[in-house]
Amino acid sequence: MTLGTTPSQTVGPYLAIGLPWPDGPDVVPEGTPGRLRLYGRVLDGAGDPIGDALIETWQADPDGKFGTAFRGFGRCATDEEGAWEVFTLKPGRLGDGQAPHVDVNVFARGMLNRCVTRIYFADEDNTGDPVLESVPEARRTTLVARPDADGYRFDVYLQGERETVFFKV
Amino acid sequence: MDYAGYKSTALRHPKQQLIALPHRLTEVSGPVFGDDRIGEFDNDLTQGPSGEAIGQRIIVHGHVKEDDGRPVPDTLIEIWQANAGGRYRHAVDQWPSPLDPNFTGAGRTITDKDGYFRFLTIKPGAYPWRNHPNAWRPAHIHFSLFGRAFTQRLVTQMYFPEDPLFFQDPMYNAIRDERAAKRMVSAFDYDATEDHWALAFRWDIVLRGEEATPTEEPHA
Ligand SMILES: [Fe+2]
Repeated sequence: MTLGTTPSQTVGPYLAIGLPWPDGPDVVPEGTPGRLRLYGRVLDGAGDPIGDALIETWQADPDGKFGTAFRGFGRCATDEEGAWEVFTLKPGRLGDGQAPHVDVNVFARGMLNRCVTRIYFADEDNTGDPVLESVPEARRTTLVARPDADGYRFDVYLQGERETVFFKV
Repeated sequence: MDYAGYKSTALRHPKQQLIALPHRLTEVSGPVFGDDRIGEFDNDLTQGPSGEAIGQRIIVHGHVKEDDGRPVPDTLIEIWQANAGGRYRHAVDQWPSPLDPNFTGAGRTITDKDGYFRFLTIKPGAYPWRNHPNAWRPAHIHFSLFGRAFTQRLVTQMYFPEDPLFFQDPMYNAIRDERAAKRMVSAFDYDATEDHWALAFRWDIVLRGEEATPTEEPHA
């Protein structure tokens, strides 16, 4: 017997009441060796920042393992500039040939469902990654975070010319 | 992801085709939260700093399951809601209904070994919004659940039985399959009602199985 699943609904405009955690962005606490900053903005189809979105991240530990003491999970609400940040360790390469990556959920008012994307790293060897290879080449760059003075930058474009690649899970 | 009846979707949904993500290690795993994330009274939303929240006291309880009926134990549930007058404690919510100093509207719990959860709260009021003329959201509680895997992550809303506002609500009606929409509606649970204390509503939440194919429902 298969039960019918409960449908998804939007998080609405008031997610800030229930979802942010004080330590949400700290996948690892301050002072952890190797701690890096993943950051960016969430923008709508007009290029305007989305100030009521929530980003969640889920990833393997630096050895490419799950189910270890590493929390692996980050959560950050966007501010009025659409900006978010998460402090974490770089995930390792997985045993099945996948390059280091972070799975991402995007929630916001006006979205009936979460949007799912992935972050890869520009300073890693991403060749041969089966998921990246399933994406049309011209759009792959939307999945790659670029290192700069402030961390690794990853902007999410929900629509438009630079629309981020989103996945059906 | 687009739904014309819900105006804010217009600039906030992808226009490109979604790309199928096979379920690999990252997708079939998920975060595990311990009791340290939960305070002792986090599933009781009725106790404020200077007394009890105003409104109809209700128990909201049920089981979290996978679509094969297996319970989902140890999963974090977070909820948020408006107060009895339909007002949220949030800077954006400015409609003329009073805030209750003893109601924050946020709660959390972790399911037990049988997937069971229980909250004590106040029945939320309906509230107006600007989506269409004289638009009112039916009374609801926002729910966020993790499940066992990244693929099972669910954010949804729980409604109350026979709400007269369903007919004009684009969120409820975005779920075009009527049977699926009804799965968002709790049932009045007289047996769980506590005499001289609280009414009760039961709501079972079903997460998709780890191997299930992606649901098309909300994309319709
Ligand atoms: Fe709401």
